[in-house]
Amino acid sequence: MLEWRQRHALFGILLYVFSTVFVINLMVKEPEDKMWNAMFWVVQLFVCVNAVAKSFLQESRGRLLYFYSLVHPRYFIAAKLIYNVLLMTLFSVVTLVCCILFLGNPLTHGLYFLGVVLLGGISLSLLFTMLAAIAAQASQNAALMAIMGFPLIMPILMLLNNISQSAFAPVVQPGLAGMFLLLGGMDVLVIALALILFPFLWKE
Amino acid sequence: MAKNWWKIACVLILLYVIIGGFSVKVPSIGNNQQAARSIFFHLPMWMCMYTLLAISVVNSVWYLATNDLRRDIRASSAGSIGVLFGMMGFATGMLWSTYTWGGTIVNDPKQMTTAIALTIYMAYLVLRLSFTDLDKRARVSAIFNVFAFALLIPLTYIIPRMVESLHPGSATSPGFSSQDTAGTIKMVLWPAFLGWTLLGIWIYTLRNRYKRLVLKNILHG
Repeated sequence: MLEWRQRHALFGILLYVFSTVFVINLMVKEPEDKMWNAMFWVVQLFVCVNAVAKSFLQESRGRLLYFYSLVHPRYFIAAKLIYNVLLMTLFSVVTLVCCILFLGNPLTHGLYFLGVVLLGGISLSLLFTMLAAIAAQASQNAALMAIMGFPLIMPILMLLNNISQSAFAPVVQPGLAGMFLLLGGMDVLVIALALILFPFLWKE
Repeated sequence: MAKNWWKIACVLILLYVIIGGFSVKVPSIGNNQQAARSIFFHLPMWMCMYTLLAISVVNSVWYLATNDLRRDIRASSAGSIGVLFGMMGFATGMLWSTYTWGGTIVNDPKQMTTAIALTIYMAYLVLRLSFTDLDKRARVSAIFNVFAFALLIPLTYIIPRMVESLHPGSATSPGFSSQDTAGTIKMVLWPAFLGWTLLGIWIYTLRNRYKRLVLKNILHG
């Protein structure tokens, strides 16, 4: 609800998705499968950085203090996680639609890819929420976010890329279940760590 | 002197490892030939890195529990030395792969994931640099350290075992131990683990002491 008052941020990101995909369209017209996949995830990554980073960096100090007096930090981070997951789910779908509109539709298993995209959006937003919380503590937070975030996000992106490859071809990839399990495991890990560690981050 | 016996042991073991590593008869495995001797220097680096990073993360958790800045110093020194050994492990691996796989960076999953893990730890070191407030730096970097360690283990230990890799001991290729019939590799490798790890811990204690003096200077003028 609070976020609706900062509508400009939301629409800003929508415009961001739109323009990024449009630029790709202008540059490469209709990319081939692998390229499409890579482009899609890179767009997804930047959208996530922009959307989720705002959730902590935009809050003023006073408001954070107000929240702190109001609720236990664990509930606060849980709320943030849930909110960002929902936000990112929305943006994932928007990105997907934009990509299909502008870059053509190379997918053979559309629904499967949609599932992977939602899962990917959730994983990305979970990790970046926690990173934004850490970066908010530091002084030059926007740059720090990129420095910390990209190495951490690389394994997840690699996994997602591999998983989503199977949406382009009718053949089934070996070891798919294992990768899904790993991705799910990572999500659980991030949630658990966020819930345990965030109270320490808020001790001021 | 009584407390320093392990440093002497470390030097002696490393002497044995270096002399033994270059003179012992190694079995010819695949296209490794004599390059298999790299195992005495490549593998122990990772053991040492794991040990130091484990020390680092334990101290980070300890810091979060006690808020004792000395714990943070320990965590940071162990982290930086761990990264140093990780980089040396990467370098020796590159040297080895030049002669065995025909390139410094081949498209090997273990190499990739290890590179990512090392980048994460470098991000930890950069993160430390970006704070001016000591307590805040300690707290935030301790939290990031826990994250980094939680990703290090799946990255370097679990994923490479699941996928096909050129490295021995992955899903498709067997390890070296089955081919080491005479046991010569084992004879040098186990002391090598111990020796290099001791060396790493030694460097870590030195750095730790230095950092503590720096901290003392800051706190007490």
